[in-house]
Amino acid sequence: MRGGRGPARSAAATPRGLANPCRRHYVQGMDWQAPAVVLDARPFGEGDALAAVMTAEHGLHRGLARGGASRSGAAVWQAGNLLQVRWVARLSDQLGSFSGEMIHPGAAHAMDDALALAMLSAACAVAEGVLPEREPHPRAFEALVGLIANIPRGADMLTDLVRWEALLLADLGYGLDLEQCAVTGERAGLAFVSPRTGRAVTAAASGLWKDRLLPLPGFMVGANTAGPADWRDGLRLTGHFLARDAFGHLHRGLPQARLMLYDRVAAMAQDAESAAERPAAVPGEE
Amino acid sequence: MGGPEVERLISLLAKLPGMGPRSARRAALRLLTEPETRMLPLAQALAEAARAVKPCGVCGNLDSLDPCAICADPHRDRTVICVVEGVGELWALERAQVHRGLYHVLGGTLSALGGVGPDDLNVAPLIARIEAGGVEEAILALGATVDGATTAHWLTDRLRPLGVRITRLAQGVPMGGALDILDDGTLATALRARRPV
Repeated sequence: MRGGRGPARSAAATPRGLANPCRRHYVQGMDWQAPAVVLDARPFGEGDALAAVMTAEHGLHRGLARGGASRSGAAVWQAGNLLQVRWVARLSDQLGSFSGEMIHPGAAHAMDDALALAMLSAACAVAEGVLPEREPHPRAFEALVGLIANIPRGADMLTDLVRWEALLLADLGYGLDLEQCAVTGERAGLAFVSPRTGRAVTAAASGLWKDRLLPLPGFMVGANTAGPADWRDGLRLTGHFLARDAFGHLHRGLPQARLMLYDRVAAMAQDAESAAERPAAVPGEE
Repeated sequence: MGGPEVERLISLLAKLPGMGPRSARRAALRLLTEPETRMLPLAQALAEAARAVKPCGVCGNLDSLDPCAICADPHRDRTVICVVEGVGELWALERAQVHRGLYHVLGGTLSALGGVGPDDLNVAPLIARIEAGGVEEAILALGATVDGATTAHWLTDRLRPLGVRITRLAQGVPMGGALDILDDGTLATALRARRPV
């Protein structure tokens, strides 16, 4: 067993693969096992780590991962990894201790690609920052697992990341209303979102307020394609409400990982826009 | 147990890496029983090191000379700078005697959750060294962790416009490592980084 002591050694207790990760758990008092995404692991002492994980049933949960920062355990307790985690404590209000075994090495799969790693870090930092402890958010967990499993696919996963952030906002009670125009009631042609109310409006209804509204990328209202400018707008949209509502109520700003992701995607969008503005080269001419 | 002096000695020793109260007691007992041969030379060495050893003004290595012995060595390859997280990593590479170029100590890695930002790292002197000319390659020898990889990507973005060749350490199967005991992440990375033979 890697990543700490614990009895989860049998094949039945340590299933592998990503199929239906939320169904593999048992709970018995202050001792439970469940698939969990590592959101953060900070060194504690010489070889241990204070870990924050997210599970479907227990939400954001913290604990001491014995050996989590040691030579053998550090690879397991990296943010973005999906583990089969066991948490044990004597009383429910204690920190408790984790042991874990790898299900999916999400961090290792994302490390080679700067954008994939930025997405992974941003998702983990946002979840760790806004989720209340020990409150289940199964939809957000399942979406996060799907996101992490597919992050190596590259920039296309930014669409899923923005949708996941919108889902997280909705789960926390700060959902956006993107069903119909707040002014006309129309369901088609939604193009902007009010930064105050989070309600969508059409381009026609935006009128003089257009410059003050947040652009609504098409993939948030059913479009199948998206480009760098859409991803930038999507991150700006969810970032605004995460900063104002989710993090703002905790008197904190957006995590640095999230800001760095936005900067990277904004640079991508700028490059794409500059390339589009350049005149196409005529064959045979330099 | 042995007076406040002994207790203080044990508590200070116990704070050192690799030491706990039990091993600190054993070390203190050995020092106290052999003061002339163990304790006084150690105390003298500690005082001299505290007085003389300082971070190198060029690379950040710890040395009693400034620039340090590595930076001042005329036989070193000055076209290659190996960027490391801390002095411990620099010493590890020197022990292995595999790098004959220069070093640069960052003093940590970016950590979004730990609150370490770009301004907390020793990056500006690295950029200044490269801009001064003569450097052809920067080796990013950072840890295979999320923070280490994030720092490497961030540094790559900063160094690429300077026209220097940027490389990083390979990741994969360690010497003497059997495949069946490797973690899934290392195996995946090793497979991705396979090369023709």
